[in-house]
Amino acid sequence: MTQIIDRRINGKHKSAVNRQRFLRRFKDQIRKAVSDSVDTRSITEIDSGEKINIPTKDTHEPVFNHGPGGKRDAIHPGNKDFITGDHVARPPKGGGGSGSEASDQGEGEDEFTFQLSREEFLEFFFEDLELPDLIKTQLATVDDFKSVRAGFSTTGVPTNIDIVRSLKGALARRIALRTPFSRELHECEDELEALKATPDDEFKAKRILELENNVRRLKDRIATVPFIDTFDLRYRNRIMEPSPTTQAVMFCLMDVSGSMDEARKEMAKRFFILLYLFLNRTYENIEVVFIRHHTTAKEVDEQDFFYSRETGGTVVSSALELMHKIICDRFPTSDWNIYAAQASDGDNWEGDSPNCKSLLNDRIMPLLQYFAYLEIMPHNHQSLWHHYEEIMSQHRNFDMQSIDNANEIYPVFRKLFARKHV
Amino acid sequence: MKKNNLITESADWTPELIQRYDEEISRIAKNYGLDTYPIQIEIINSEQMMDAYSSVGMPLGYNHWSFGKQFLQTEQRYRRGQMGLAYEIVINSNPCIAYLMEENTMTMQALVIAHACYGHNSFFKSNYLFQTWTNADAIVDYLLFAKQYISKCEQRYGIKEVEAILDSCHALMNYGVDRYKHPAHLSAEEESQRQKEREEYLQTQVNHLWSTLPIQPGEENTQKEVRFPPEPEENLLYFIEKNAPLMQPWKREVVRIVRKVAQYFYPQRQTQVMNEGWATFWHYTILNTLYDEGFVNDGFMIEFLQSHTNVISQPGFDSPHYSGINPYTLGFNMFKDIRRICEHPTDEDREWFPDIAGSNWQETLDFAMRNYKDESFIGQFLSPKLIRDLKLFCVLDDDREKDLEVTAIHDEKGYRQVRNMLAKQYDLSMREPNIQVHNVDLRGDRSLTLRHIQHDRRPLGKDTAEVIRHLTRLWGFAVKIESVNENGSVVNSNDDEDEDR
Repeated sequence: MTQIIDRRINGKHKSAVNRQRFLRRFKDQIRKAVSDSVDTRSITEIDSGEKINIPTKDTHEPVFNHGPGGKRDAIHPGNKDFITGDHVARPPKGGGGSGSEASDQGEGEDEFTFQLSREEFLEFFFEDLELPDLIKTQLATVDDFKSVRAGFSTTGVPTNIDIVRSLKGALARRIALRTPFSRELHECEDELEALKATPDDEFKAKRILELENNVRRLKDRIATVPFIDTFDLRYRNRIMEPSPTTQAVMFCLMDVSGSMDEARKEMAKRFFILLYLFLNRTYENIEVVFIRHHTTAKEVDEQDFFYSRETGGTVVSSALELMHKIICDRFPTSDWNIYAAQASDGDNWEGDSPNCKSLLNDRIMPLLQYFAYLEIMPHNHQSLWHHYEEIMSQHRNFDMQSIDNANEIYPVFRKLFARKHV
Repeated sequence: MKKNNLITESADWTPELIQRYDEEISRIAKNYGLDTYPIQIEIINSEQMMDAYSSVGMPLGYNHWSFGKQFLQTEQRYRRGQMGLAYEIVINSNPCIAYLMEENTMTMQALVIAHACYGHNSFFKSNYLFQTWTNADAIVDYLLFAKQYISKCEQRYGIKEVEAILDSCHALMNYGVDRYKHPAHLSAEEESQRQKEREEYLQTQVNHLWSTLPIQPGEENTQKEVRFPPEPEENLLYFIEKNAPLMQPWKREVVRIVRKVAQYFYPQRQTQVMNEGWATFWHYTILNTLYDEGFVNDGFMIEFLQSHTNVISQPGFDSPHYSGINPYTLGFNMFKDIRRICEHPTDEDREWFPDIAGSNWQETLDFAMRNYKDESFIGQFLSPKLIRDLKLFCVLDDDREKDLEVTAIHDEKGYRQVRNMLAKQYDLSMREPNIQVHNVDLRGDRSLTLRHIQHDRRPLGKDTAEVIRHLTRLWGFAVKIESVNENGSVVNSNDDEDEDR
C-alpha cells in the first residue's frame, strides 16, 4: 500500500523562479547593498557571493491584526509562586511576557538577510557598469576547463573505449586463463596418442575412455573462456584541466593627493575591480600590486591604498618610477604578463608630465601588455592628459578615458576585450 | 515478553528498511484502529525540503516573490544553524504525501513514518473539519490548475500586474475563508471547464448589480437607503470576487484561487494542537509497541526518546526560550491524559469526566479526534491534573490597569477559568480581528465600508492602513474601515486616508 519514491534525483531549485521574483522585486535595495559592498570589499574578493540586508519593512507582508491595548487574557505555563490576585509589573516591551501574541509580529530583527550567489552578485555589479551582455557572461563564467587525455581507465562511456587496448587485454586474459587447461590438454592428448600405439588390453580401453573424457572436458573449459570480457575494456581517460596556465601581475596606481576625494576613489576602485575580473578570467594566478602616490610613491596594501588620505602635491612620475623598479626586481617579463591601471584626477606637477611621457614611452610600455588610464574628471584636462594622448597615438596597448560616472568606465576596456577576440 | 524480531541495528536507512519498518508500523497502527489514506513516502534532500517549506507545504504552487522570501529566510537560518529543518512535511492529499529528509537516521525515519504517515494521515482522513472543508482527492490537481492559470495570466498581463493582485489577495488571505458555510468540493477538471463560463456569468452578475445609474449631481438622495450586502459578509475575498465593480474576469479567478488555497489550509490552522498532539501521541505509542514486540533495540529507543523529548519540551513562561505554549506538548499530553482517564481514572476524573472515565480509551480518543477542533477540544478535555502538571496560570492584561493581574492558577477555583481561557486562546475568530463587509455605497461613490467589531477594546494593528490599500486596489474604489465597540457605536474610523501616512 505504501509507495516509496526517491525524489532526490529530481531537480533541485524548484524555488528558483520564486527566488528570481524576489530579487526582481527588491532590485533597488539589492543594487544599493551590492554597491555598498563593492566599496568595502577587497578587489581580489570581488569574485564571490554576498550577504545582503534589506529593511524588513520593505519585505513585510501586511495582514489585519490586533495592535497593543485593550484587554486580553493569556495562559502561560510554568507557574512558580503566583497565586490568584497577584499583581505583576508589566514586562518591558519586547520581553517574552505577552507570549504568543507578541511573537508573531517578528519585531526582533529590522533587517531581512539573505545570501546572494556569486553570479547574482556579479550581475548586479555589472549592471551598474553597464557592461555589454556578452562581456558579462564572459566575466561571470568560471574558468574554462580543458579536457585533456590522461591515460586509460577501467571505467567510462562506450564512445571512449580504446579498441586496441581492450583487445590486447582480452588476448592476455585469454592466454592467462587457458594456459593451465591447454597444458593439461596437451599432456592428455600426448598420452592418448602414445596409448593408442600400444597393444590392446583391458586397462588400456578404460584409460582411453578416461583420457577422451578428460580431453573433452578440457576443450569445453577452454571454449568457455570468453573472447572479450567487460574486465578487458579500457577507456581513454580524459581529465579536466583549468585552461589558463599563465600568470599575470596587475599594477594599480592611484593618486592619493588631497584632491582625490572618497567618491573618486570609489569610482577608481570599480575600475580596478573590472580589470581584475577580466584578468582573473584569463590568468590562473594574479598578483596585485598597489602603488599610491602624491609627491612620492609607495607600495602599500589594499587597505592603505583605498582608505588612507594624504595631502600635498602630485608627482605622477614617482609612481611610474616605482612601478618600473618593481617590475625589474620582481616580475621578469619572461614569467609574467604585466598589466597596469592608473587612476587620477589629472592633477600633476607641471614639469613632471613630459617626464611621465618619456618614462612610459621608453621604459615601461615595452614591458606591459596593457596600460589603462582613467581620469576621474570630465572636463578641464591638464598637461598629463595631453601627454598621455600622445602616448596613446604611439602604442596600441595604451588606453585612456575620462569619466564622470561609473557607467563610463567600461569603454576603457573595450579595446582590451576586443583584442581578445582577434 | 520480548521476541527477537529486531529489524536492523543499522543507523543508516535504505529503501528496503523503510519498507520493513512501514510494514510493522502499519500493522500496529491498524491494530489500534487508525484509518488512513494510502501513503506515498518521498525521500528528499535538505534543499528540496526548503523548497517544500517555502511553498507552505503545497506540493506545487504558483510563483510569487513571497515564496522566494520564505525560501531565502529558511535557507539563511538553516545555514547559520539557527534552525533544524523539520524531519518531515506531510500533505493532506489522497494518497497522503509525506516528505522524508535524506539526512534522517533510520530511527528518525521510523519516527517520522509513524508520526506523519499514520498520525497526521489518520487525522486528515477522519477529523470533521478536514472532511468538511478539504477534498484530499482533488487538491493536487487543483493546485496544478492554479499554477497553470496564474502562469498563463503572467504571460498575458505581465508578471508585475499579477504579482500586485496576488500581493493584495495574500494580505487578505486570512479573510478569504468561510468559517461556517460548507464550500462546494473543488475539482480541477470542473474548475477549468467551468472557469470560462463563470467568468462571463460573473461579469453579467456584477454588471447587473451596478446597473443603476449613478446619481446625477444636484439630484437629492431621496430614496430609502438600501444596505448592500443585506447581511454582513465575513469572507472578504469572496465578496470581492463576486462583487468588485470593475474587476477584470481573470483577476476574479486569481482572487478565487487564493481563497480556495486559504480555505484548504484553514482546518490546519484550527487544529494545530490536536493534529500535532494526535501525531505525537501515535508515534510515541506505536514506537513503544514496536519496542515491546522486539522489533527495535535499546539504541533505537534512546535516540527516539531524545528527539521525542525535544519535540514536546515546554519552557516555562520565564525562560528565555519561551515563545508561547508548545502545541506538541499540549496536544500530546492531552491525548495521553485522556487515555489515562479512561484506563486509570481517579475520583477527580470521575467527577470532571463522568462520560469517559473508565471507558475504552481507543474509542474515546477516536471520538475526540473526529469531532473537535482545538478550541472545543481544550474546552472539553483539559483536565485539572494536566493544568497542575503544566502549572498553567492566567494573566489579565488590561491597558487601563497599571499592572498585570494573575486571575487564575492551577487550583480548585482556577481550573475552569484556565481551561476556558486556554480554549479561547485557540479560537481563531478571537485571535484575528473580527472584520466584515458592512456596506457599499451603491448610489454614491461606490465606496466599501468594513466594520471591525472590537472585542475587549482591542484595537487594530499598525498594518491596517496598508491592508486597506491592498483592498482598495482589489475593490477599485475607496475603502473605509470603522471600529465598533461592544455597544455598537463607532469608536474609530480611518476613512481619511491621509492620517495614516
